[in-house]
Amino acid sequence: MAEAQNIPAGSTTAGSIAVAAESTVATRMSAPPSFDVADFPVPHGREEEWRFTPLARLRGLHDGTAVASGEGVKVEVEAPEGVTVETVGRDDERLGKAGTPVDRVAAQAYSSFEKAAVVTVAKEAVLTEPIRISVHGQGGVAFGHQVIELGAFAEAVVVIDHTGDAVLAANVDYVLGDGAKLTVVSVQDWDEKAVHVAQHNALVGRDASFKSVVVTFGGDVVRIHPRVQYAAPGGEAELFGLYFTDAGQHQEHRLLVDHNTPHCKSNVAYKGALQGQDAHAVWIGDVLIQAAAEGTDTYELNRNLVLTDGARVDSVPNLEIETGEIAGAGHASATGRFDDEQLFYLMARGIPESEARRLVVRGFFAELVQQIGLPDVQERLLAKIEAELEASV
Amino acid sequence: MATLEIHDLHVSVEAENGPREILKGVDLTIKQGETHAVMGPNGSGKSTLAYSLAGHPKYTVTGGTVTLDGEDVLEMSVDERARAGVFLAMQYPVEVPGVSVSNFLRTSATAVRGEAPKLRTWVKEVKSAMEQLQMDPAFAERNVNEGFSGGEKKRHEILQLELLKPKIAILDETDSGLDVDALRIVSEGVNRVRETGEVGTLLITHYTRILRYIKPDFVHVFANGRIAESGGAELADQLENEGYDKYVKGGASA
Ligand SMILES: Nc1ncnc2c1ncn2[C@@H]1O[C@H](COP(=O)(O)OP(=O)(O)OP(=O)(O)O)[C@@H](O)[C@H]1O
Ligand SMILES: [Mg+2]
Repeated sequence: MAEAQNIPAGSTTAGSIAVAAESTVATRMSAPPSFDVADFPVPHGREEEWRFTPLARLRGLHDGTAVASGEGVKVEVEAPEGVTVETVGRDDERLGKAGTPVDRVAAQAYSSFEKAAVVTVAKEAVLTEPIRISVHGQGGVAFGHQVIELGAFAEAVVVIDHTGDAVLAANVDYVLGDGAKLTVVSVQDWDEKAVHVAQHNALVGRDASFKSVVVTFGGDVVRIHPRVQYAAPGGEAELFGLYFTDAGQHQEHRLLVDHNTPHCKSNVAYKGALQGQDAHAVWIGDVLIQAAAEGTDTYELNRNLVLTDGARVDSVPNLEIETGEIAGAGHASATGRFDDEQLFYLMARGIPESEARRLVVRGFFAELVQQIGLPDVQERLLAKIEAELEASV
Repeated sequence: MATLEIHDLHVSVEAENGPREILKGVDLTIKQGETHAVMGPNGSGKSTLAYSLAGHPKYTVTGGTVTLDGEDVLEMSVDERARAGVFLAMQYPVEVPGVSVSNFLRTSATAVRGEAPKLRTWVKEVKSAMEQLQMDPAFAERNVNEGFSGGEKKRHEILQLELLKPKIAILDETDSGLDVDALRIVSEGVNRVRETGEVGTLLITHYTRILRYIKPDFVHVFANGRIAESGGAELADQLENEGYDKYVKGGASA
């Protein structure tokens, strides 16, 4: 089921499906998960989890030299009725329940934040309006922690918007009670100098559904690491992502779906377009099906569309299966070029060059955008994609 | 009356060991309503002529002129040529992932006509054109040429010809890869456009088979990058019987 096709120069697609008694996802990391930054050595860049990331551009998030400044980011939460929003101290017991930092920057964030935001949706509350969280960078360094917790059978949509300029390291926890349904859209629409490194931890309850949509447009370096675990059988996770990487930008999306429980589903689909000199997109998709996770059904896909010379894609799907009793598992990764022949064909039918590009890029993203299921978000994304294209050609 | 005039056209491609001249002085005039068959052996430069007229960036014009009603075609970008009325049905149509046929057709019709066709009439127009070419309506929702069979790609090219109604239609081996039924269906499509009397057709082919359906007014033998001989429909019969040998040998010794 693995495929790799049309790989332009400057790209790698190295996927694997391993059937093994023991996972290498954990052993590939340079240290075991921990909340304490002191448990992680300062990375030098050759570690498996850092080898694609330009450490020198992380502005000290990885080596302890980045220190929180007063005016880091401003967080505002706008929530409809039925939602409790609290600002809590480090010792609040609801923090860190969905997952543990797996790399030094995530641990640094956990060791350094002062106040966390806890957003709780009461059990059985079905929100008709989204919860909107605005994270606006004010030019400084910040460490953040946010928790979004849904009680049993609650349903909510959360839109997190990252704008402005900041150097931000953060952890976000999503805790879904039994039968809960949560959709989270995290938009990275930073100004061009921003650096953003975040770990997202989802803990999916029995028969609960989690949908994550990660959208990355802006920033100098953005590295998002969504992780999913299941608290009980019957859970479902959909992880969608969309990125548009421009000249000089580094956008990295690393995912881990840990099928640790039987009869859970996951579906991962990330698509990215790249244009301009030294645009660099990295996609790492780790899916682990543990021995206990019988009846797992999973699929992951990453597609990249390279629009110009000089861009680079590294796409690494990695599926590890420790049980034979699964319902389905597969992955696909492909990086294609919008090539001169396609451009010629469209132009030979009277379509001007800029419109031809727009047609192809829109088409490339359309199917994924439709799956988001939130019309206003979808429209905004398409408009943003058009703007990105306008800016370039 | 629209006229395409090709005069002393020289075209090169970038080969491994430097530029290589493929077209070595092509002279040809095509008027609206006329059908010219250009026939020649493999590698003689027929597709090069077709692509050069459409403006493919791979081909460099090193000499000569091409005008459409006096306008310099060689000065125009690829899309300008198409909007000026030059249409190329390609020998190997390109797959464009992510773009549906219906979206593509409408975008190109809008570009060529200068305004978006009215939705109601447009839907009917596409539907009936597809019916006549015996294309399944499901093709409208598929991505352009993606996974199309050879014959399906050719029907799709002729569908575009019918919808875009160019002044000059260049058909590069539209007959290749078609079985007898498909050849008839595609030829009928070309004939519907020809019968309007509004199009000048340059029909590039290797075989005489398609000329049973599409009757040319002129036949040109293409060999070694230029037109070696021109005549009426009877020249095609002669080629059918004698092949290209005499022209190829002539070309080789020239
Ligand atoms: N990039 C290239 N480098 C070298 N030679 C090339 C290149 N592109 C085309 N040619 C040569 O140009 C010549 C003409 O090719 P063209 O495709 O125009 O021929 P054709 O008459 O259409 O042939 P066919 O009947 O096979 O379609 C061929 O000999 C081909 O090998
Ligand atoms: Mg050819």
